[in-house]
Amino acid sequence: MIARLHRRDVVRELLRERGGLLVVAGLGSTAWDCTAAGDAPLTFPMWGAMGTAAMLGLGLALARPRRRVLVVTGDGEMLMGLGSLATIGAERPRNLAIAVIDNERYGETGMQETHTARGLDLAAVACSCGFRIAKQIRNKTGVAAFRAAIHASPGPVFAQIKVVPEKLPPVLPPVDGAELQQRVRRALLGRA
Amino acid sequence: MERARDWPLEVHRTLKAARVRVVGYVPDAGLTRLIALCRADRAMRSVALTTEEEGIGLAAGAWLGGARAALLMQSSGVGNCVNALGMIAECRIPLLLIVTMRGERGEFNSWQVPMGRAAGRVLREMEVKVFRAAGENAIDSCLKKTMNHAFRDGGAAALLIAQRVIGIKSFAGGSNK
Repeated sequence: MIARLHRRDVVRELLRERGGLLVVAGLGSTAWDCTAAGDAPLTFPMWGAMGTAAMLGLGLALARPRRRVLVVTGDGEMLMGLGSLATIGAERPRNLAIAVIDNERYGETGMQETHTARGLDLAAVACSCGFRIAKQIRNKTGVAAFRAAIHASPGPVFAQIKVVPEKLPPVLPPVDGAELQQRVRRALLGRA
Repeated sequence: MERARDWPLEVHRTLKAARVRVVGYVPDAGLTRLIALCRADRAMRSVALTTEEEGIGLAAGAWLGGARAALLMQSSGVGNCVNALGMIAECRIPLLLIVTMRGERGEFNSWQVPMGRAAGRVLREMEVKVFRAAGENAIDSCLKKTMNHAFRDGGAAALLIAQRVIGIKSFAGGSNK
């Protein structure tokens, strides 16, 4: 089935009226998508450490159990940290959600196919790891339902959202890592 | 002669006193008792990891959320952390690693030797300050120095615990005939 969703629309919808939601954006296109939706101090966009975005989400969720945490990352980044789905499934944090924006490509390096292009079902992996909700999403209704789950359903919840493979102009967040971590802490804790 | 110290108990107490709330680990035989103490402590959230690299992400996320973290691993696991340590350096995130050494004098398993020998150097190359406890009497005081570097000065620091403290892993009963 051909994907019809566009990644920027999907991420804008997921982050709409986000309230106190804490966001970790995986490196590359998903960091640009989150920035295009509106850069915010409670978003931590990553520029490296590929494969660790979900674990940052877990650390944040354990540190702030009363807040909701969303990891927005790509299929290539998620594949590099597949073990973290097992770890999160074992911990079962109730306040953590992961949205994989799946274009079946390594978008920053020449649009080479990832394993999801060959049929790898990340939602099935998350399901077998113990996520309470794990869905493949291909339409706007599904995206809207997942947005509601991010804020209200007991986690961990997971969505693999199939999007059109398109090369878009990057919308860059600040790059300085120290500034990025300090701005989260200032906004969240009132100290850097 | 001084009685053998219960270093895992001391380390656990020191971590607790420093308000370490998140502990990530990949087991090592030498860490068994410390892991059990952390797991039994309801003020600490102990997270079993599938690979040590996950722990770097876990500690970074905990720091963003205002919680102190510690990671427990054996020296082979240091190699699994390398690229993620680049984030710790760039973002200037405080980090505390406790590493039990393999591949030192008396090691039977030669496959442990290359990473064991490189672990300290690899950490230093990635801007992690390395402290080394050569005997069990030194562990707690070394840990306090390591924690000062991490939590007081905001740096990344690792405490390496010499293999002679942990003992040489025995392969007795094994056969390769």
